[in-house]
Amino acid sequence: MRLQISHETVYRFDPPMRGVVQSHRMTPSQFEGQQVIHWSIDVAGAERGASFRDGAGDWIKTVSLLGPVSEVRVMVQGVVETRDLSGVLRGHRETVPPDAYLRPTEATQPEVVVRALAEQALADAEEGALARAHALAGAVADAIDYRPGETAAGTTAAEALTLGRGVCQDHTHALLAVARVSDIPARYVTGYLESGADGGAHEASHAWAELFVDGIGWIGFDAANRCCPDERYVRLGSGHDAQGAAPIRGVADGLGVEAMTIDVSVTPETQSQSQSQSQTQQ
Amino acid sequence: MYEGDGVRSPYGGLLEWSRDMPAELRSLKQSEAEALFRRIGITFAVYGEGGSPDRLIPFDMFPRVFAADEWARLERGVKQRARALNAFLCDVYGRGEIVRAGRIPARLVYRNEAYETAVCGFVPPKGVYSHIVGVDLVRTAADEFFVLEDNCRTPSGVSYMLENREIMMRMFPALFQENRIAPVENYPSLLRRTLASVAPAKCEGEPRVVILTPGHFNSAYYEHSFLADMMGVELVEGADLFVEGDFCWMRTTEGPKRVDVIYRRIDDAFIDPLCFRQDSMLGVPGLMNVYRSGGVSICSAPGAGVADDKAIYTYVPEMIRFYLGEAPILKNVPTWQCAKDDDCRYVLENLAELVVKEVHGSGGYGMLIGPQADAATLALFAAKIREKPWNYIAQPTLALSTCPTFVESGVAPRHVDLRPYCLVGETIELVPGGLTRVALTEGSLVVNSSQGGGVKDTWVMAE
Repeated sequence: MRLQISHETVYRFDPPMRGVVQSHRMTPSQFEGQQVIHWSIDVAGAERGASFRDGAGDWIKTVSLLGPVSEVRVMVQGVVETRDLSGVLRGHRETVPPDAYLRPTEATQPEVVVRALAEQALADAEEGALARAHALAGAVADAIDYRPGETAAGTTAAEALTLGRGVCQDHTHALLAVARVSDIPARYVTGYLESGADGGAHEASHAWAELFVDGIGWIGFDAANRCCPDERYVRLGSGHDAQGAAPIRGVADGLGVEAMTIDVSVTPETQSQSQSQSQTQQ
Repeated sequence: MYEGDGVRSPYGGLLEWSRDMPAELRSLKQSEAEALFRRIGITFAVYGEGGSPDRLIPFDMFPRVFAADEWARLERGVKQRARALNAFLCDVYGRGEIVRAGRIPARLVYRNEAYETAVCGFVPPKGVYSHIVGVDLVRTAADEFFVLEDNCRTPSGVSYMLENREIMMRMFPALFQENRIAPVENYPSLLRRTLASVAPAKCEGEPRVVILTPGHFNSAYYEHSFLADMMGVELVEGADLFVEGDFCWMRTTEGPKRVDVIYRRIDDAFIDPLCFRQDSMLGVPGLMNVYRSGGVSICSAPGAGVADDKAIYTYVPEMIRFYLGEAPILKNVPTWQCAKDDDCRYVLENLAELVVKEVHGSGGYGMLIGPQADAATLALFAAKIREKPWNYIAQPTLALSTCPTFVESGVAPRHVDLRPYCLVGETIELVPGGLTRVALTEGSLVVNSSQGGGVKDTWVMAE
């Protein structure tokens, strides 16, 4: 499938900042499931900086802006050819040992509710690492109902599981937490999802989990949509949790108040209809 | 250093020197030394005792002495360890051969809090991660040294090594004419040369080196500014540096200057809010991206801490055999890991004979010395170990060597340890000396300055 992506993130600062530095993890991963036809990241007025591929296989780019900065506009546009590999991250070059993804983070602490869900899910699971991974993903999907607006960026896996509601970030954190307490390496993945004319527009900018299954490798699990990533997904990068995997990490020098708006659309290249999402954070 | 009934030969003349020193002269010299330390402003911070945390560290005028051949063996042992620790770091951020070979458990390395996935696959210049390795040693017999721990991140205390020598030379110039003592004064220039030797490939011309400090509230701030002075480099805080383009820059009155090598004295977690702790105000946003793309060198390399963890320590002799194919010259203290059931049982049964430490502890805080503890303290520690076994290791109580030390009544033996500072860059260097810490209380085995320890000048006799 050929997907066309347009992703604009705008930060506004009032009063203006003395300077802004951002680290971008916004270039599609290189593996057998996707091929970049073209891709561009533009930030008006910014100086381009250090660019490299990190140990997890992600492309990292740095940009800096000297002040006064009242607005940063990050425009990502591109076309990616995708294939369905049933979630398997085949042919991806990386050097981080999978065991390093067993370590919990603040967002994925192995609290009681996490341990309980993992035990319950694995008690009924069939033999084998792959079956165990599917059982955990299914249990998380059952435990958290999709409900936007009830959780925040800082909500932890345990909090979302206790609440029983959340968005894709919460599903993903919960799956990471239950996988890691079950000794399955797991990481947070960000990317894009084309969810069709009847799909939710909110899903265009998406997150899911990857679990490491011995003998196969890293496999994606999208608990929010009860599936493994297929040709509708574009993978950008990974991390230990949402903060570590964030497509944009930035620091602004100054005392201004930040407002951010995001506009994303993911469409099959031949079709004209598109989904787009807008959100505003103050 | 006593041997049989007398002191070992390197001390010969010094005992007479101390005996011949009239009491008035001694107290005069002692107050002179204190005045010098005060004037220099050399203090250290003690936490958890209330009051002003800045104190003067007690200085003992009786030097600790090594004969040339004793030192030669020690030097080989310390350098061997520094090479093995760096080989280990290169390996675990690369192919992980030692883990694949089953010589160190994967869990201890990859699940370690100090293991930084952000630097996996990145090889720092010259393959060096730990540029200053501080190895804490104790002597238990004429020819027997044990390593208590390795410090691969930012070992402190080297300013005392230099100041102690400086003050001894000022107060007792005759001693330095009568004895052939190997110099340590070239440490700052060796350090600078070591740091410059690991400048990134993109560096043009003479590498610009800076020291990055968390600021004046840090307990080792004095040392940061002292070393910057001695090396003739800038002392900077995070806010003095910024990232633009492919490089890191320093703000100066003459405009931005490119920085090639950063000797950082701040922890990994605070280096760069875009890579590690987002709330860090001490670091430089974007620095890790510049580092990982080869625009600047950071010493010690982020992630170096995984080699000096107390649980990893147990495996250093294994590293020496694995990477260097050599037999370890310096011994490790046998260590029981409370995380292992059998070890934990042994520790709880023999608590009164053991020294217990926290896995991530330092500075002598949260430590138990079994033979010197009362029943209540032992019971308290047993409960702590049962609650969090993985947080503790235990070691036998060693018969630490003693060194003649000035006390109220004259000269008496007191327990000492030693921290030499090994420099690793293009070459491996060890200045003949180090920081000798002394437990000033009779019978005490705790030499940490935060627990009432003092310092001495350390002499290595020239051949």
